[in-house]
Formats: sequence, C-alpha cells, structure tokens
Amino acid sequence: MISDFQIVLPEVILAVCAMAALMFGVTTGKDKTASLLLWITCGLFVLMAAWIGAGGDGVRSAFGGMFIDDPFARFAKVTILLSAAAVLAMGRDYMQRRDLLRFEYPVLVALAVVGMMLMVSAGDLMTLYMGLELQSLALYVIAALRRDSVKSTEAGLKYFMLGALSSGMLLYGASLVYGFAGTTLFSGILSTLSGEVPLGLLFGLVFVLSGLAFKISAAPFHMWTPDVYEGAPTPVTAFLATAPKVAAMALFGRVVHDAFGAIPGDWGQVVAALAVVSMFLGAVAAIGQRDIKRLMAYSSISHMGFALLGLAAGTAGGVQAMLIYMAIYVTMNIGTFAFILSMEKDGRPVTSIDSLNMYSRREPLRALAMLVLMFSLAGVPPTVGFFGKLYVLKAAVDGGMAWLAVLGVVASVIGAFYYLRIVFYMYFGKDGDRLDGPMPAVQWVLLVGSAAVMLIGIVNLFGIEATAAVAAQTLVR
Amino acid sequence: MENLLSIITFLPLVAAAILALFLRGDDGAARRNAKWLALLATSATFLISLFLLTGFDPADTGFQFVEEYDWILGLQYKMGVDGISVLFVLLTTFLMPVTIAACWDVEVRVKEYMIAFLVLETLMLGVFCALDLVLFYLFFEAGLIPMFLIIGIWGGKERIYAAFKFFLYTFLGSVLMLVAMIAMYLDAGTTDITQLLRHNFASETLNIAGFQVLGGLQTLLFVAFFASFAVKMPMWPVHTWLPDAHVQAPTAGSVVLAAILLKMGGYGFLRFSLPMFPVASDMLAPLVFWLSAIAIVYTSLVALAQNDMKKLIAYSSVAHMGYVTMGIFAANRQGVEGAIFQMLSHGFISGALFLCVGVIYDRLHTREIDAYGGLVNRMPAYALVFMFFTMANVGLPGTSGFIGEFLTLAGIFQVNTWVAAVATSGVILSAAYALWLYRRVVFGELIKESLRSITDMSAREKAIFAPLIAMTLLLGIYPSLVTDITGPSVENLVTGYQAALPAVTAAQIALQ
Repeated sequence: MISDFQIVLPEVILAVCAMAALMFGVTTGKDKTASLLLWITCGLFVLMAAWIGAGGDGVRSAFGGMFIDDPFARFAKVTILLSAAAVLAMGRDYMQRRDLLRFEYPVLVALAVVGMMLMVSAGDLMTLYMGLELQSLALYVIAALRRDSVKSTEAGLKYFMLGALSSGMLLYGASLVYGFAGTTLFSGILSTLSGEVPLGLLFGLVFVLSGLAFKISAAPFHMWTPDVYEGAPTPVTAFLATAPKVAAMALFGRVVHDAFGAIPGDWGQVVAALAVVSMFLGAVAAIGQRDIKRLMAYSSISHMGFALLGLAAGTAGGVQAMLIYMAIYVTMNIGTFAFILSMEKDGRPVTSIDSLNMYSRREPLRALAMLVLMFSLAGVPPTVGFFGKLYVLKAAVDGGMAWLAVLGVVASVIGAFYYLRIVFYMYFGKDGDRLDGPMPAVQWVLLVGSAAVMLIGIVNLFGIEATAAVAAQTLVR
Repeated sequence: MENLLSIITFLPLVAAAILALFLRGDDGAARRNAKWLALLATSATFLISLFLLTGFDPADTGFQFVEEYDWILGLQYKMGVDGISVLFVLLTTFLMPVTIAACWDVEVRVKEYMIAFLVLETLMLGVFCALDLVLFYLFFEAGLIPMFLIIGIWGGKERIYAAFKFFLYTFLGSVLMLVAMIAMYLDAGTTDITQLLRHNFASETLNIAGFQVLGGLQTLLFVAFFASFAVKMPMWPVHTWLPDAHVQAPTAGSVVLAAILLKMGGYGFLRFSLPMFPVASDMLAPLVFWLSAIAIVYTSLVALAQNDMKKLIAYSSVAHMGYVTMGIFAANRQGVEGAIFQMLSHGFISGALFLCVGVIYDRLHTREIDAYGGLVNRMPAYALVFMFFTMANVGLPGTSGFIGEFLTLAGIFQVNTWVAAVATSGVILSAAYALWLYRRVVFGELIKESLRSITDMSAREKAIFAPLIAMTLLLGIYPSLVTDITGPSVENLVTGYQAALPAVTAAQIALQ
C-alpha cells in the first residue's frame, strides 16, 4: 500500500498543493495572491516535470493495475506539465490587465493537470473516467472565467453541456465493455479478447472512442471547439489547445492499445475514419475564418487528425509518431498563442487576422517568428512541423495504410492555404489598423523560443525520437 | 575538405543568421553592411566551391565528395555530386554574387532582402547536392518560401497575385512528388538516392479501376515526378505562372528564378525520371517531345506579341527550356549533354537579359517596350552588352547558346525527325522576337523626351556583366570545359537507360 502511494506521489503532491493553495487563497486577501500562486504553480509544474522525466525506463503499477506509471505515461506527463507551465506563465500578464487573474485560476489549472496525469496513467476504466472528469470540470470553469462576458459564459456552458454528453457516451460504452468483458481493468479486458469478440464489446468500444474523440475534438465530435476557443479568455484557449489535447490523445492511445490491443483491425478503421474526417474538416473549414482563435480551433482539429493517423497504424512506430507529433504540436501552439496573446489595440484584445496588416514592418522579429510557426503548422519543410507530419505519414505507410497517407498529404496542402494567409497579411498586406499591444518578456521568449525550436529541431528533434520510441515500446507489445 | 559540400551549402545560411541576429538598425550604414556581408559570403562560397572543380574526377561516374550521417526518422543526411550535378552547384555559386551585386540599389528592407537571397542560395545548393529523397524534397520545397517572399515583398504592382500563383502551382506539383516518394520508399525500402538509382521499379502493366496502366508503377511514379518538375521547368502548358512571377519579381529575383530555380526541374528529370523510371520515360518520351516542340514554337510566337520586356524574356525562357526537356528525353549522349549545356548557358544568358532589363528599368521604371527606342544614342555600352546577350539568346555560333541548341537538336534528330524539324523553326522564331525587341529598344531615333537624359551603365553595372559575358563566350568557344566533366556521367546514365529498356521488353515478351 505504501509503495502504491509512492508511485502516485507526484499526483498526490500536486493535488494536495492545489487544495492548500485554495485554502490559502480563501483565507488571505483573495486575488492579490493570485500572481504569486500562479508563479508557484508554474514552478511546481516544472519541478514535477523534471522529477517525472528522470523516472527512467521502469514500468510500475499501483492499486492492482488501476494506475500505471510507464515511459509512455511519463512522456505524456512531462509534455503536459511543461506546456501547462508555459501557458500559465505567458497568460499572467493578459489576465492581470483584464482583471481576470483570480486565485482560482492557477488552482483550477493545477487540478486539471492532476486529472490529465491520472488520465495518461489510467489502467482501468474507472481511473480513466475519474481523471477525465477531474480535468473536464476544471476546464469548464476556467472556460467561463470571464463571468461578465456573454461569450465566455456561453463558451463555458456549451463546453459543459457537450462535455457532459460525451462523458455520458463514454460511460455508456464503459458499462457495455464491463458487461461483456466482466472487468474494468485494461489488462483484464485485453485478456478476454481472444477468438470471437462479442458484438456488445465492440459497441462499447465505439462509444468509448466517441467519448474520447470529443475530448480531443476530432471531427465529427468537434462542434464545440471553435465556439469555446473563441469565447474563452485567450490564455484559457491556449491551455485548452495544448495540455488537455496531449492528455486525451495519450489516453486514446492507452485505451486502444492497453485494453483493445488484440483487435487493432476493429478500432483501426474507426480511428482512420476519425483521422481523415478531422484532417479535411480542419483544413477546409478554416479557410473561411477571419478570427485567429477560431482559426486555431480548426487548425487543432486538423492536427488531431494527423496525430490519429499515427495511432490508426496500430504499430509501435505509429504511437511513437503520435507522441512526437503531439510534442511538436504543443510547442508550435504555445508559440502561436504567445503571439495571439499580444495582439491588442487600445488595450482591447483583437483576434481578427486583418489586424495583422503589415505587422512585419513594425515588429520584424516577431513577425519572422510567427512566419516560421505558420509554416511549421502548415508542415512546410524545413521546419519541425514537416517532420511531425512525415513521422505520422511514414507510420501510416509502414502500417499498410498508404491511402491514408495520400489523403493526409492532400489535406495538408489544403490546410497550408490559411496559414499562408496569416503570413500574407503580416508581410504583404496594406497598412491599416495598428496593433499596439505590449509584449511581456515571457511571451516574447516563448514565441521566439518555439520558432527557434522549429528550425533548430530539424537537426535531431532534440533527441525526443529515442524517448518516444521507448515510450511507444512499453505501450505496444 | 571532408565536408566540402556541407560547407558550401550552409555558408550562406550562416551569413544569413549573422545578418538576422547581429545587424541592427535600418540606416544607410546598416544597409551597406548587409549588402557587403551578403556579397562577401556569396563570393566566399563561390571561391570555396572552386575546390569542387579541382578535386573532381570526371572519369569517376559515381558520386564524389560524399558525406553521410544518420539523421532522425531513420533518414540519412547524405550529400554528394556527380558529373551531372557538380556544374549546377558551380552555376549557383557563380551567379549568386552577381545577383547580390545586381540589387545594390535596393533601399527597402535591405537586410531582409539579403537574408532571403542567402537562405535561397543554401536551399538551391542543397537541392543539387542532396542524395536522400527526403533531404532533396526538403530543400526543393523550402526554396519556395524565400522566393515567395522575394516576389511578394519586393515585387511589382501585381506581386501578391504572382506570389500566390507561384507558390500554389509549385506546391501542388511537389506534393504529388512527395506522394510518389512515399511510394518509392515503400517499393525500395530506402530513401537513399544512390540505392534507388540501382533499384528496378516494377514496370509490369497494372490494372487500376479498370484502366490498364502500361509501365505500371514506373508510369505512376513518373507522372507524379513529372507534375512537379514540369511545373518547375516550366513546360507548356503549366508554364503560366512563370511570366507572372517574372514580371512581378524584382530584378535580382528574376535572375535567380530564371538562371537557377528553373534548372531544378531539368536536374530533377536527369536525377530521377530518366535513370529511375526508364521504361516510363521511354514510353512517354514522345509526349514530352511534342510538349517541348509546342513550347518552343508556341511560346516563341507568344513572345513576339509581348509589349513587356520581362514577359518577353520569360516566354523565351519557356521556349529555351523546351530544348532542355527535349534533349533530356532524347536520352542519347548529345541530347542529354546538350540539355545540361543549354541549362548552364541559359543560366548565364537569361540572367544577363533580366539584368539588362533591370538596368533600364532602374532608370525609367517601366518595362514597356514602347517607352524606349534609340537608346544606342545615349547608352553605347549598354547597347553593346544587350546586343551580345540578344545574340547569345538567339544562339549565335561562338556563344554558349549555340552549343546548347545545336546539341539538343542533334540529339532529338536521331530519335524523332519531325519533332526536330518543328523545334528547329524555334531557332528562327527566337531570332525574330529577340532581334525585334532589340531593334525597338535600342535602335531608331531617340525621340522620347524621357530618354533624353538617360545615362549609360555605371562601373558597377559593367562589372556585373563582365563575368557573364566571359562565361558565355568561354563556353561558346570552348564547350569541352563542360562536356569533359559531364561526359562520363552522362555516358553512364545513357548506357544504363538504354540497357534497362531491352531487358524489360525482353522480359515482357517472354511473359506473353
């Protein structure tokens, strides 16, 4: 029992700290301490990431297999923690100037992160659901953080309603799986999958996958994404676009391989369909968008499609590609949102992409960084984004799904158009509205830093290839 | 000198990084420093690339100066040159200092302009040196970005339209190539170009959705690569982006586009299409011949009707590239060597012609032919230089243009007499439009008021043309300079190609 707690120690510490912070915030002068709390949370995240990252290659499980701590979970956790820390840090200034920096914000983010860490370590349908709900509930609240804004509250409510629906589907699926497999433990489900697979179990599988697809906002379960991205305060949008996506995608990989690894043919086609629809919908629907936050929402849908492409292959190489893709995706998004956070005019946030007219003339370096990020998001070489796409395409081809790879290539061409348009406005537009927002040092560092990563990374991807390979090996046996 | 190719390739990039990171401000001094640093870097690259020439062994038909390192994704960073690519590397390094010198008068965002050209040089050199499919694709594709920006930021009035057209045309083509590359990797299990050159891609007839695809996989791959290279080249009828891009691009951009970027298409045909898909190449060669012949005649006629100097030269480029594609797919030694020669010579000549237009454009800010006339009265030196390159463009014996046209025509004559006959008429047409252009711009009475005070070329402008004139004459008088280097590699390519054909045909007959 004691050793079980040792394994979940990072999650426990984080949860305890979050609750202590809550008490601290309530008893002291409330929002005045928010800034301090935020920095502490950031620091804690980074420390945790370092601690977990040093965890080595061992596979440990706690509570009878309900909680798994393996290289796969550690890879995802480090990505989640670091991206959450980055997003918190870069949003602080924005939140403070708009009087949104309440002490609940870092606390809720910390709780959401605990939920995500549980998700990626889940070894049981119960753990899965607990982690998912902990994460989701925290996210619903922060999406509606701007209480006096109709859009923000609408975003929160919409997110909540549709999230509840998807949780319902997931639970229904989980109950079907439990009914036919007789266990909620992933390893138990896996061992029952020999010979003829009962139809009810497949139904359960599809429902579970649908619920998860909602969380990663894969089409056709994406409807909430643009509205929530648009309505939520930008730092929250940045958070929604990064850490929860990694967690849900890792959970997706965990469920299909740990619980249903014996029947890759059955879920492979579902995942492939989700991937294709997401890639194309994300690419096509974004063309008409003028709002950069909505645009990023469709962009994330399309990127999730690509990540699913790796999973659809059903191989260790596919999981590795998915992990690398997600790490790259998160890095690109942090940089892009750091930029979006600084977009303002007369103190009001601006999200229309027309406002970027001739931005490069006034801020050449920032514009250049954004240019690199846009080309990376579009997957144009020689940026790291291209290699992310190449990894998943190669995984799909190696997994015998060459047609998926071809569709992926086509989708990426269509998608390149709208990223190019942002570059177009920044470099070739007419002189028009001037953005005049300041850019705090943190945002600047993250923007330029992530752009630099996109260029320097092509040398060896900072070595994450090997780490991801180890992580994938533990998942796919 | 183990990493000679990498040093040559990435030296401009290092200079670009230095410019981007350490050069501050936008005053006159900063602009001058940016230009000097760029000129210095490109000149240094050229000087270093001369080591390639001294260390190169023409008798060796394999790849030389090979560098190989493991890279991510199980890929390799592999560079090397053979007799076919080495001269393109030299062409690029030779022309870049000239290009930089040609944009000395640019005053808008000079630092960025220089960075764009330096990055572009690295990417172009990479294309000619890469020996790994993905590496090749990376350089090939990335070259779009700086060119897109060069046209879009420093271009003329319709620059945005031209930049987008340029980007989307070429991007669409190269994406098809990426799909083909995935298929090649699937079939051969490697992305190493040297191994792929030895791999036999299947050429048995495939049945796809009820259609018989003769030449099977080879045909499909050929078509995908063709889509990319034909756009890049550009071949008729996918050439329409080129006149727009040329007209709108700044002078230096046009020079690079015409002199180097277009050559990537021809190089791609020589490196991939011909040696890797011989059966498909042989089967589709007549199509390429006729497309080339149409390009030569049709675009020459179109050139006759132009009133914009840059557009006229752009169409003449398309026509001259027609000789190149024709020569390549003639697949005999004269044809292929002629094609390489024609590409190199066109690099000097068309680059120089765009510079000629740039000289008067800088003075009068119009490219309308009708706005000029009688320039010889005020600009004798210019008239001489322009005359020289007009003649070289026409293919006057003694200039490099003649050798290229003659060799390709000799090559095609052995394969397809009719195409040769049609293509030869292009020689006359090119004389017609080029001389007519020259007459309208340079000769006649100087009656236009705006031209009365026009000045002749400055020392800098003369200095820019000097190396180009020297090369055009040198190659025209002593073509063995090129053919000695390309010869063995081309011989090897052609024999390999011819050898692949009967073997396959025999196998097909045996099967039936």
